[in-house]
Amino acid sequence: MLYRENGQFKTTYRADQQIFPIAQDRYLILALVAFAFLVVPFAASEYLFRAILIPFLILSLAAIGLNILVGYCGQISLGTGGFMAVGAYMAYNFLVRIEGMPLVPAILLGGLCATVVGVLFGIPSLRIKGMYLAVATLAAQFFTDWAFLRVKWFTNDSSSGSVSVSGLSMLGWTIDTPTEKYLFCLGFVVVFALLAKNLVRSHIGREWMAIRDMDVAASVIGIRPVYAKLTAFAVSSFIVGVAGALWGFVYLGSWEPAAFSIDRSFQLLFMVIIGGLGSIMGSFFGAAFIVILPILLDQLPGWLGIPLDTALTAHLTFMIFGALIVFFLIVEPHGLARLWTVGKEKLRLWPFPH
Amino acid sequence: MKLKSIALSAAVLAAGLGALVGTPAFAQAKEQFFPVLVYRTGAYAPNGVPFANGYVDYLKYVNAKGGINGVKITYEECETAYATDKGVECYERLKGKGATVVQPLSTGITFALTEKAPGDKIPLITSGYGRADTVDGLAFKWNFPLLGTYWTGADILIQHIAKKEGGFDKLKGKKISLVYHDSPYGKEPIAALQERSKMHGFELNLLPVAHPGVEQKSTWLQIRQSRPDYVFLWGWGVMNSAALKEAVATGYPREKMYGVWWSGAEPDVKDVGANAKGYTALAMQHGAEPNSKIVQDILKEVHAKGQGTGPKDEVGQVLYMRGLIASMMGIEGVKRAQERFGKGKVMTGEQVRWGLENLNLDQKKLDALGFAGVMRPVSTSCADHLGSSWARLHTWDGAKWNFSSDWYQADDAILKPLVKASADKYLAEKKLSRREPADCQS
Repeated sequence: MLYRENGQFKTTYRADQQIFPIAQDRYLILALVAFAFLVVPFAASEYLFRAILIPFLILSLAAIGLNILVGYCGQISLGTGGFMAVGAYMAYNFLVRIEGMPLVPAILLGGLCATVVGVLFGIPSLRIKGMYLAVATLAAQFFTDWAFLRVKWFTNDSSSGSVSVSGLSMLGWTIDTPTEKYLFCLGFVVVFALLAKNLVRSHIGREWMAIRDMDVAASVIGIRPVYAKLTAFAVSSFIVGVAGALWGFVYLGSWEPAAFSIDRSFQLLFMVIIGGLGSIMGSFFGAAFIVILPILLDQLPGWLGIPLDTALTAHLTFMIFGALIVFFLIVEPHGLARLWTVGKEKLRLWPFPH
Repeated sequence: MKLKSIALSAAVLAAGLGALVGTPAFAQAKEQFFPVLVYRTGAYAPNGVPFANGYVDYLKYVNAKGGINGVKITYEECETAYATDKGVECYERLKGKGATVVQPLSTGITFALTEKAPGDKIPLITSGYGRADTVDGLAFKWNFPLLGTYWTGADILIQHIAKKEGGFDKLKGKKISLVYHDSPYGKEPIAALQERSKMHGFELNLLPVAHPGVEQKSTWLQIRQSRPDYVFLWGWGVMNSAALKEAVATGYPREKMYGVWWSGAEPDVKDVGANAKGYTALAMQHGAEPNSKIVQDILKEVHAKGQGTGPKDEVGQVLYMRGLIASMMGIEGVKRAQERFGKGKVMTGEQVRWGLENLNLDQKKLDALGFAGVMRPVSTSCADHLGSSWARLHTWDGAKWNFSSDWYQADDAILKPLVKASADKYLAEKKLSRREPADCQS
């Protein structure tokens, strides 16, 4: 009743091609962004910011990056943690080694370094596919792990191999309180989500999807696989690198290579699969599912007043979380984003379904 | 299809509810809240569990004795699984509940929290772990590596070996291999060992072992080839017992293996049993102390009443004692703060920080607490957040740990400049400056 597009006529191509062609969607998303920018900073507690919202935003960004590669271009990657590490460590080096380096360019340059590494490790994708490619990108993970553990230059000769960043500021704005950190991350996420959404709707995005669906057919109709695959690797690892830099700078403040271990790569891959392959919205759903749910499950016994042993709670969290992943994948193999679309379809017919 | 939308809306609802319920509830008046960061699961659980049990048992014991001058202790455990990001989440969660002193029990988490503590005004106690340069209280106002750092540990191991060889000059040309956990924890002692290696001319071989440390075949192959005179073991959790098993398989004499205090507890040698006989590790002040007064008291006051946290027969083991002492240091900090800011009051993080900085546990106080024979007196100051760097060594005889050396003290002449240089580097990187002497009064 409320959610239907009757009477919304598109009179120009522009109007027809916008991101959200249905007015209600548009307003909902705008309202959501406005809520995130204007209401959340005043309403949320410090814990919510630091332990839930900031990691959620940063990992959403990383998931968007990975989704471009896996979901849109069909190239499985297990090197995401490695690319995040490149972004974080290189941004750190730019910030520490170059006097007067501003924060945002340092983060973007970190992303750029991740792009270079991503393209380098993307080259094998021109010859190998599927599981074999996954194993090849695994090499990226192990290589970066090794490099940041062993090559002292990257960690600015820190004796313990752990590096830290503090006193973030941008154009005279000191990013200090959790609210400011949240807004800083939110800014990045909104800009990059918009860029990514537009990119996947553009000719480049269509090339990626053509390659994903059938690369032989795509090359027959004139798409260059080299170009399409490498741009996907480049864009993906750039976004992932920026997310890595934010993870180190804003969320952890001090980190070691273990923060970007193989576990991180798997975590992001699960986010993309559970959230929905080939969907920007899905990246957010996936990140919310993987980041927030375990924390909720972990605290649930406490809220309900059930005195449970810490170890037992931790084990239960693992079990329930695992069961939920299996449940969602069986109920909806296309991820939470698909559930969202189905929900919208239903809503259009409501209250008179045929 | 209906099921799916229900599932979806349930998930959304749960997330929304969580956000609402997640707002922190502050501790009630007359209750001092202690956050307890533990790991009872994961690869490091065998060592994390006894520590956590000791930590919590002491809190219970103090409560059974009437609290800190009448202030009851409340606490909450949070599982970090030794992962930095989970540790940060735990810290944020418990901070909101009125945490006044945090003990992260992980060097990685310590590094992350070192950046956050000054802003939140919560002191960090990292007793026997964490950043070695935080000894410099003028640079690190909120960090308290009480009783020992990895640099003091490494220094004492070298002193012990020199004594065994008959003098520091005998170390020349010797080969020492450091088998370490490839993380900030394992890398931290390297700087101090390198300094000593330059001074005495022994050769230091670095052999990193990747997390979690189960796979050490290649490391021990290298040891078999290079035949070092001594092996230092800087492991944690399952890595320790794996190293000892590999040593047995390689035939490397256990008598020449020396562990740090995190590699010298019952869970590390239990699986290897008699084969680990002769393996020596640092004992950070205390070893296994089942007969000490405090352990007997805890058995009586806590375990006999069915309130005990872990198995009764583990009370008094090495890591249990370490948790117990860590807990005691935190509570003594609060007690000391109460002496200045009002007895029987709930202390804030800033007040506890002052208490920890002005700690003065002499033998009399330790005896009264029941820690006679367990540890040596500790006294901290504005410039010295370490308090005491005494340690001794204990050797596994196949069934239990026995002390096998005198007390040693880390050589300040060597470590002080190292600490200062490292702290200066940290301050320069952060564009911070040292505390003024006037700040020490606050």
